Amino acid sequence: MAYDIVVIGAGPAGLTAAIYARRAAKSVLVLEAVSYGGQIINTPDIENYPAAAHISGFDFATKLYEQAKALGAEIVFEKAVDIRDGGSEKTVVTTKNEYPCKAVIIATGSANRKLGIEDEDKLVGRGVSYCATCDGAFYRKKRVAVVGGGNTALEDALYLADIAEKVYLIHRRDSFRGEEQTAAALRERENVEFVLNSNVTKLIAEKKLTAVEVTDKSGAVSVIEVNGLFVAVGRIPENQNFSAVIELDESGYAAADESCRTRTPGVFVAGDNRTKEVRQLVTAAADGAVAATEAVKYISTI
Amino acid sequence: MAVITANSDNFEAEVLNSDKPVIVDFNAAWCGPCKMLGPVIEELSDEREDIKFVSVDIDEEDILAEDHDVSSIPCLVAFKDGKEIGRSIGIVPKSEITALVEG
Repeated sequence: MAYDIVVIGAGPAGLTAAIYARRAAKSVLVLEAVSYGGQIINTPDIENYPAAAHISGFDFATKLYEQAKALGAEIVFEKAVDIRDGGSEKTVVTTKNEYPCKAVIIATGSANRKLGIEDEDKLVGRGVSYCATCDGAFYRKKRVAVVGGGNTALEDALYLADIAEKVYLIHRRDSFRGEEQTAAALRERENVEFVLNSNVTKLIAEKKLTAVEVTDKSGAVSVIEVNGLFVAVGRIPENQNFSAVIELDESGYAAADESCRTRTPGVFVAGDNRTKEVRQLVTAAADGAVAATEAVKYISTI
Repeated sequence: MAVITANSDNFEAEVLNSDKPVIVDFNAAWCGPCKMLGPVIEELSDEREDIKFVSVDIDEEDILAEDHDVSSIPCLVAFKDGKEIGRSIGIVPKSEITALVEG
């Protein structure tokens, strides 16, 4: 049987799209590669979602998932690897199956950008981390470094400064892209040291990370002893598999305006993987609503 | 079989001296992904009589976490005859979890 709409990704954007599409009485399949909820499940306390002063990311995601299921969305745990555009009939291909449908909403979000240096993957969970609020607790009274210059890096460094004995903030430029207020707060901290104009060039480990090698602009190399390295160098949108049907910008985001329409009629994009200024929980949910409404409109024309 | 809660007192008996291979789920109450993985481990403990499933709360048992080099959760560590034979970090599918005991 062909579905009206296949949604790729069961994060806030994808599940919201499923809710709107079901309420418009369309049949909906949601495909998820890992687990429902997306990035938000890592957030211990959401404080900026309208009318929910405090809710954990896990509770938010679970409620959203249950709401979509109760409305009749089917959710299947398979990774989508391709979309074939056959005009009024499209096919979403996963690693296990093929799902014919009328419209597709790509809500795949983004993944952590890696440093791309040797042994990085091997040391994840052995000193290398991409989530300070998840793993910070393991570095009580230890020495850590944060890499990056955006808001996430600054906030991670500030969070870790309360836990760790020493925090190095390593950044490839001499100024930060993140908010000045957070940078100023970091300068006040006695246990935070800035390592600017520098890149991490090597991870030094035995069984676990013991130090990082840092190379500055002039080429000078130094070694900083740390137990933990928190990588906060941005995120990569998960659009790579779908470049045959959508336009990607130079950073890999799917080109689409507020309507969430892509260059292929019937293929829509919602959430963090879309080109936009503000990537927040509420804007992901908003995209889901818009994309589903547009998809329903599209189906009525074919 | 239900998931057994381990602490520093019974870890040796339940995990290291177990006759069956063991998968230890290191987790914490504040960890969202751990709450996602928890029910999967529960399900597996009913499905797989040949594997023992053990849960360790890293806030209460920080020494156990440290002893086993756990620095990111959820972390699953598989043991056979008292030795670590596999490990995974983050949310992993069921098939990958049971594959851990195969070494």
